[in-house]
Amino acid sequence: MHKSSFRLVAAAAAIALAVTGCSSGSDSANKDTKFEIFTWWSSGGEAAGLQGMIDVYTAQNPNTEFINAAVAGGAGVNAKAVLTSRLEANDPPDSFQAHAGMELDGYVKTGKLEDLTSLYASEGWDKVFPADLIKTLTVDGKIYSVPVNIHRANVLWWNPATATKAGITAAPATLDEFFADLEKFKKAGVTGLALAGKGDWAIAHLLDWMLLASMGADKFEGLYKGTTSWTGPEVAAGIKNFQKALSYGNKGAGNLDWPDAGKLVTSGKAGFFIMGDWASAQWQSDGLKLGTDYTFAAAPGTVGTYQWLSDSFTLPVGAQHRDGAIAWLKVCGSLEGQDAFNPKKGSIAVRTDSDLTKYDDYLKSAAADWSKDRLVGSTVHGVNGNNALMAAYNAAVGKYFSGGAKDNAGLATGLAAAYEAGKA
Amino acid sequence: MKKELTRRKPFMSHAGGLFFVLPSIITVIIFVYGMIAWTFNVSLTNKNSVSVKKLEYVGIKNYTDLIHDERFTHSLSNLVKFTVVFMLGTLITGFIMALLLERGIKGEGFFRSFYLYPMAISFIAMGTVFNWLLNSARGKEAGGLNLALQKIGLGFLQNDWYVSEKGAMYSMAIPAVWQMSGYVLALFLAGFRGIPDDMREAARVDGATEIQIYRHVLFPQLTPTLLTVLIILGHVSMKIFDLIIGINGKSYVTQVVAVYMWESTFDQHNYAKGTAIAVVLLIMVAVVVVPYLRYTNKQEAYR
Repeated sequence: MHKSSFRLVAAAAAIALAVTGCSSGSDSANKDTKFEIFTWWSSGGEAAGLQGMIDVYTAQNPNTEFINAAVAGGAGVNAKAVLTSRLEANDPPDSFQAHAGMELDGYVKTGKLEDLTSLYASEGWDKVFPADLIKTLTVDGKIYSVPVNIHRANVLWWNPATATKAGITAAPATLDEFFADLEKFKKAGVTGLALAGKGDWAIAHLLDWMLLASMGADKFEGLYKGTTSWTGPEVAAGIKNFQKALSYGNKGAGNLDWPDAGKLVTSGKAGFFIMGDWASAQWQSDGLKLGTDYTFAAAPGTVGTYQWLSDSFTLPVGAQHRDGAIAWLKVCGSLEGQDAFNPKKGSIAVRTDSDLTKYDDYLKSAAADWSKDRLVGSTVHGVNGNNALMAAYNAAVGKYFSGGAKDNAGLATGLAAAYEAGKA
Repeated sequence: MKKELTRRKPFMSHAGGLFFVLPSIITVIIFVYGMIAWTFNVSLTNKNSVSVKKLEYVGIKNYTDLIHDERFTHSLSNLVKFTVVFMLGTLITGFIMALLLERGIKGEGFFRSFYLYPMAISFIAMGTVFNWLLNSARGKEAGGLNLALQKIGLGFLQNDWYVSEKGAMYSMAIPAVWQMSGYVLALFLAGFRGIPDDMREAARVDGATEIQIYRHVLFPQLTPTLLTVLIILGHVSMKIFDLIIGINGKSYVTQVVAVYMWESTFDQHNYAKGTAIAVVLLIMVAVVVVPYLRYTNKQEAYR
């Protein structure tokens, strides 16, 4: 807490400095002497990856001083609050980090962001980024952010030793196989599914996958276009599966954050874990080995579908150092920039032409899926709905889960209300 | 000449004093009352998301919406549960400790600071610690408080703590009681010390038993202290935020009004709703604090 308030002061000081910097009107070359970005990547692999991109930037723009206004705090909770107040005060940083997709919706509607479509054409990103992704990023024919990385949300993790003990030889590809395997874990005296209830989002993450697995990609996307009803039979069936999966969960999940739940799996106390692929990065930094300590597969029922989320950078209207920001966005979308960032962050490049030799085995496999799978956005991580939708979605799931996972109809109503809240 | 000086002096000291407090008066006007006015102003508008283009005044709509907002009523009922357990728990433990120390036992100074120390810890740091202590695992997996209960043979008291559906808010009060009861002890002890010894002596001379002395002589004298304690605990409890965040983040099950206000404002970007909640919270605290301030001001004037 103290640290972040210190950062806030530092950021404020940085803005004061930045205001005095000059801004040039030239359109091609970057003549800005200063440039400020706003991120929540302040530690670990994220910060290392960011530094990699900053190195690329400073090599290309030697005359621009790079100011990194990082605000610490899990998944950007604190950073988002600070950013909100700065945007409200019309004092935007030159570029800020946000999840790609609907999370930016509010800023787009109020005209706080510049249209970057021309940059996509001039840099050739419209050809190297997957078409499904471009389609999701486009709002009324315009694109407002440049994604730097891709994480996968629908990944199943388990410990090979635990699976062998329970007599499971292959990854479950369908929900039926998944439930059969959960039963095997139970018989072997192991908790079937690791759950993390703290802050509600990891349970919501599980539901997001389960809805996708239960109804398929088209119907799932229909939920956010208004063509699939939240109170219809598809969602009801999905929630029923969700309820069944939760019944195999560990006790006291409410105490656990996702790294704690992940430890249950790697230490052999729990069988399966559905979590985004940042889990792999975390475990590798803990010194665990892919293949022996943990292994992965596409989450059951969603094989051939890539549920993605992405961090992206934007160009706010009224940025003090617009040229510096455009130069930064070019680095964000470039092969060099993405390959400098992603291997350290533990995510794959958005570009389909990245140099896979720089990536570990999990990421190689993810990158192969990325260029051939059906792409679907993640709800809990900002692709399908805006902040209001996510907050209400998490709360509805939290209410259901803390209430003992009994009120299926109530959850469906809560999710429907969350979807409505997102429209406002 | 001399006359003039004596006449001017009170004026000079008056103006000089004003000059010195002026900066704080101005900052308080801007950053406290100005911000309250601004918050109230926003709460009357339709600023319900970042995508609102045209600001309009919608009257008290945001307030009436709160009444039907299931999440607001949930957080309010959580707050009430927390407040009741926290205030009663703190009051009772603090008072009993004060009673024990009041007799002038050996090493009183040590115990006083010993019990007061938890107050030196910030709620957020304590939240992080109690996040571990209040772990719900039992049996072999147990840790924290559940393990301690097992070890001392009180295993049947093991609990789900803040993970349980019904009792979550009650267990949230445990760390708050632990922290604030030392403070209540100090206040009551000061209250006891404020009573002149002559009164006890007089009661003894009149043949009152020790219990009667407490019941009829000492306790009535503590009423102002009790009021002070209730007010302080009441407003601490209503504003509780950091402890909840420290222990259980923004999880639905333990959300209180201040946490929901934060979520509405900074996660949902529903500024109008967030500010409306803030105003409701302010009124709740004011209802508790303002009569007390008036009461103490009158007392001061009386003296």
